[in-house]
Amino acid sequence: MSFLPQLAFVLILGVAGYILSKRIKFLRRNIFLGKAETRNDHTEDRWKTMALVAFGQQKMFKRIIPALLHLLIYVGFVVINLEVLEFILDGIIGTHRLFAPFLGGVYTASMNMFEFLAVAVLFSCVVFLTRRYVTKVERFQKPEMKGWPALDATLILVVEIILMMAVLTMNATDQILAQRGADHYLALGPLFFSGLIRPLFEGMSIEALHFIERFAWWFHIIGILAFAVYVTYSKHLHIFLAFPNTWYSNLKPKGEMVNMPEVTNEVNMMLGIPTETPANPPAEIGRFGAKDVNDLSWINVMNAYSCTECGRCTSECPANLTGKKLSPRKIMMDVRDRAEEVGKSIDAGGPGLEDGKSLLGDYITKEELNACTSCNACVEACPINIDPLSIILQMRRYVAMEESGTPAQWNAMFQNMETSFSPWKFSPSDRFNWAEKVKEEEM
Amino acid sequence: MSENYKVPTMAEMAGKGETPEVLFWVGCAGSFDERYKAVTQAFVKILNKVGVSFAVLGPEEACTGDPARRAGNEFLFQMQAVANIQVMNGYEIKKVVTACPHCFNTIKNEYPALGGNYEVIHHSQFLQQLINEGKVALKGGGEFKGKKITFHDSCYLGRANNVYEAPREVIKALDVELVEMKRCKTKGLCCGAGGAQMFKEAEPGKKEINIERTEEALATGANVIAVGCPFCLTMMTDGIKNKERETDVKVYDLAEMIAKDMGI
Repeated sequence: MSFLPQLAFVLILGVAGYILSKRIKFLRRNIFLGKAETRNDHTEDRWKTMALVAFGQQKMFKRIIPALLHLLIYVGFVVINLEVLEFILDGIIGTHRLFAPFLGGVYTASMNMFEFLAVAVLFSCVVFLTRRYVTKVERFQKPEMKGWPALDATLILVVEIILMMAVLTMNATDQILAQRGADHYLALGPLFFSGLIRPLFEGMSIEALHFIERFAWWFHIIGILAFAVYVTYSKHLHIFLAFPNTWYSNLKPKGEMVNMPEVTNEVNMMLGIPTETPANPPAEIGRFGAKDVNDLSWINVMNAYSCTECGRCTSECPANLTGKKLSPRKIMMDVRDRAEEVGKSIDAGGPGLEDGKSLLGDYITKEELNACTSCNACVEACPINIDPLSIILQMRRYVAMEESGTPAQWNAMFQNMETSFSPWKFSPSDRFNWAEKVKEEEM
Repeated sequence: MSENYKVPTMAEMAGKGETPEVLFWVGCAGSFDERYKAVTQAFVKILNKVGVSFAVLGPEEACTGDPARRAGNEFLFQMQAVANIQVMNGYEIKKVVTACPHCFNTIKNEYPALGGNYEVIHHSQFLQQLINEGKVALKGGGEFKGKKITFHDSCYLGRANNVYEAPREVIKALDVELVEMKRCKTKGLCCGAGGAQMFKEAEPGKKEINIERTEEALATGANVIAVGCPFCLTMMTDGIKNKERETDVKVYDLAEMIAKDMGI
């Protein structure tokens, strides 16, 4: 009978691992719906960017209060997960506090640190909930946050609070049991934070305490495994994807738009410039610009899956600030949602990309695209270097070159540029007239 | 007897077998915009005074293609760009200076992929260099002395190319009080004209972007809003007109401020 909990544990671990690996494959495939792009240059800078921006949270610190709270949760997450290693080994082997006898005083000190972090995480999550529901920070109230995105954020915060309470409850009851000499329980040194809630449990029977302790243990470990699976369905993927996402950052000047070599060849031919015929012409000519997720680069799609919907981009977007429909955060959410839709359809044997829908039109409207000033405020604001502008500009290319669907005033500007080489309708021969006045003046 | 200002073209120079040190890329606004032509003229006067060997392309210059590219028309952009590059490479141009951050960004970052490789600097950087080298003799007692001046960061100079300090150094050289807006440098708010917005009405919304930015500039209490971009100049000037503050608040380009201080 005594091996039953171990068996159950291994089974739960196996199921969680299986679901996780399936989800990871699903996400990976969805990300690679995007076009191939090689971005492996300047590897040293890439590692540095990842270390500073993802690991070091450099860009979070532009806003100090959320940065500090987020740092507590981040450190808590990383450090408390060290304890999960012991949990898993205990669960499989059937031991209790496997590391304690080996580590002695260090173990107690670590437990105290874990408890401090648990309290810090709890505190941060409560403040974050307050920011969402009491002080109502504006960027969390935008239209794209209604429904699932708001629920997703709330669920994560509430689950984290409950998990941290489970850690503290477990330690408190565990130590009372040890004090009373119950089997298997080890007395550690004093634990400060769980010590504070010990009075709640002191009057209970050994059986009740044992039940609560075991319940908290199982709840915590199953909670963590469930959370790991949940993350793959949630905006919370940023905890993993922030790392590759920053590694694959755009390291070029933000103002530079990617060249379209397929256009260059045609332009050179039109202007009678000898062109180097590419040795391996592309097997299939794609669309100009992006209409759907498969027209974007895989890095764009990874950006979308890395987005945690914090809305710093949208809160700094001049178009959004002045009431236009564009929200860079929504652009990222739309790309992710479309990739999910296509992925699910493919897995269900459905039409996938050929479902008669597309990113442009069904998710993102021209009105949103047309409102962008390409100012790069969203790119600058993103704590993990997501680039919404790249997606907007690729979609504008599709609208202009495949649909001829740009606004009339832009078409007029195009015409001026074609005929008089200026966006305004002036005669090219007048271009140098400004100099007349200066030339008449004495130095 | 003093001489008149000169504006040599590349064609004239090439005819004489000369090569200037730097090409001044004027840009479309610099050539055609009634208000902004004054900036071009001021910059040319500074170049003359300092004795910089420069030339312009004159009628051979065409739009860099920036607004076409940002509006999605890659063909049109490349047609403009390739034609410009042919002209510039024909004259064996090595160094380009321009007052327009959009032209600056395009020629510096986007022309290399099409065969145009030049050292490109913005006029704020060029002016800073001239000031640092002591080539521009600033009087410092002119129109701007002791005035509060705020600098509006252009997106294509700032975030797009990380040029934040050069324009500020130029302003500080004028013996003025430089005050910053709430959103400045990496957080600077766009004037509303970038990404080809200059050439169409804004999408429906609650407010114009240039009004939002103008309010922020006015909140600093500055008498002068300094800019380093033709589109920003237009947008901020329109914003000041909208707020009926044209009499007490002026919008100037950096080159105009330097030229005024030099008394030219």
